[in-house]
Amino acid sequence: MMTHMTEEQLIAYRDGETGGREEMAGHLNECERCRQELARIEAVFAALDAMPVPDPGEGFEQRMWQRIAQRLAEKRLRWWQTLFAPRHVLAFGTVAALVLLAFLAGRYTRKTEPVGTAADAAKVRERVLVVAVGDHLGRSEMVLMELANAEPAKGQKLMNISAEQKRAEDLVEENRLYRQTALRDGDALMASTLEELEPILLDIANSPDEITPAQFEAIQKRIAAKGILLKVRVVHQDLRERQKTVPEPAQTGSEAKERNKV
Amino acid sequence: MASTEQPDSGVVSDAVAVERTLAGDRDAYRVLVERYSLYLYRLAYRMTGNSHDAEEVVQEAFLRAYQKLAQFAGNSNFGTWVYRIAANYAIDRIRQRNVEEARQAVPSRPGEEGQEFDPVAMVKDPSASPEHLARSAELAARMQQALNALTPAERTAIVMRHWEGCAIEEIAAVLKSNSNATKNTVFRAVSKLRKALEPFAEFRGPARAMGTE
Repeated sequence: MMTHMTEEQLIAYRDGETGGREEMAGHLNECERCRQELARIEAVFAALDAMPVPDPGEGFEQRMWQRIAQRLAEKRLRWWQTLFAPRHVLAFGTVAALVLLAFLAGRYTRKTEPVGTAADAAKVRERVLVVAVGDHLGRSEMVLMELANAEPAKGQKLMNISAEQKRAEDLVEENRLYRQTALRDGDALMASTLEELEPILLDIANSPDEITPAQFEAIQKRIAAKGILLKVRVVHQDLRERQKTVPEPAQTGSEAKERNKV
Repeated sequence: MASTEQPDSGVVSDAVAVERTLAGDRDAYRVLVERYSLYLYRLAYRMTGNSHDAEEVVQEAFLRAYQKLAQFAGNSNFGTWVYRIAANYAIDRIRQRNVEEARQAVPSRPGEEGQEFDPVAMVKDPSASPEHLARSAELAARMQQALNALTPAERTAIVMRHWEGCAIEEIAAVLKSNSNATKNTVFRAVSKLRKALEPFAEFRGPARAMGTE
């Protein structure tokens, strides 16, 4: 015969836990003491059920919408304002530069060497993307590394990760932009790394400002479990190498003159 | 005009409303707000213990969701997603309130301002407004006090598990924890509540010899 059930077992049983359920049910059937104990736990839940949630009143949903609608314009404005934050300027600037450089490369190379136009434009695009994504991965790596290497002080109840959270928020938007560009350019390795990085950045961005050491540990475990830090490092390193091997498009004398005019 | 029309929340799906909102139709967001406000309010009230904070949580959750809607981009159920945002914000709110309350040397006396029913205030003055309590004022006040004494994680766990019927994995996601740790959090919460209610006969257990005899 099993010993009396612990409070934890009774709560798990009441919660529908399946492990050892039959044995527990059998014991409860025979043991008056455990039945009484279960009834007392049940009474806690009954008392919880009796706690009222006051009716927020007629038209609550519409009232909420009125209040939220008033603040949506403000939020939208802030969203636009964030576009001018340095990091967003960098991300959007990079994409704009990609388009502009590809256009210019095409325009100037077309005059002298029509056959090389597409290749040169592609090189320029690739180089700009390689540099920009390399920078993005470098900054993402920093955030992940800071979180992976931090440790709560002894007895610390809450850890403030608001700085990492804000940086992750910025990185999420950049990440999406670069991932889409990489996909369009058919750069599968870069796209898949950015795709794996995105949910982790999103997770950090959506965390509360202050978290418990246990929650912090959970974030660290998620970073470790996906091996994302290593992947980011590998692709970052790969991009550095590619930066060396993807030189700027070769310039002929006439092209150099043309560019100097600009 | 479109902006004054009542949204047809029975027809427009969440996914369509999200898509339209992202396309710039602000009124499409109204469908989502009106559909999930009460749902979030119940969660927020149980987590924060008062209407004022609960309404604040509902508003902030929808505003945060609006700002991050492009990131959400239909990856999961909107209700679940905004629910998580609300739960996270409620945790922040409880912590913030705990810090503020700890700073206040003299707590304000409830009931003096003739405000609405507020269980948090009831804890400070158990004799106030007993007619609003479902069972006994004393028991409800003690329960509220016990709920307020739980850590934000424990409170979130018990609210989501018991009242909202959420799966352990779902709670673990909000708490940024794993399933086993979350089960322990639920257990700790129930155990603490039970201890806090021990003065009441129906919660008093037998002599402490459980598990090893």
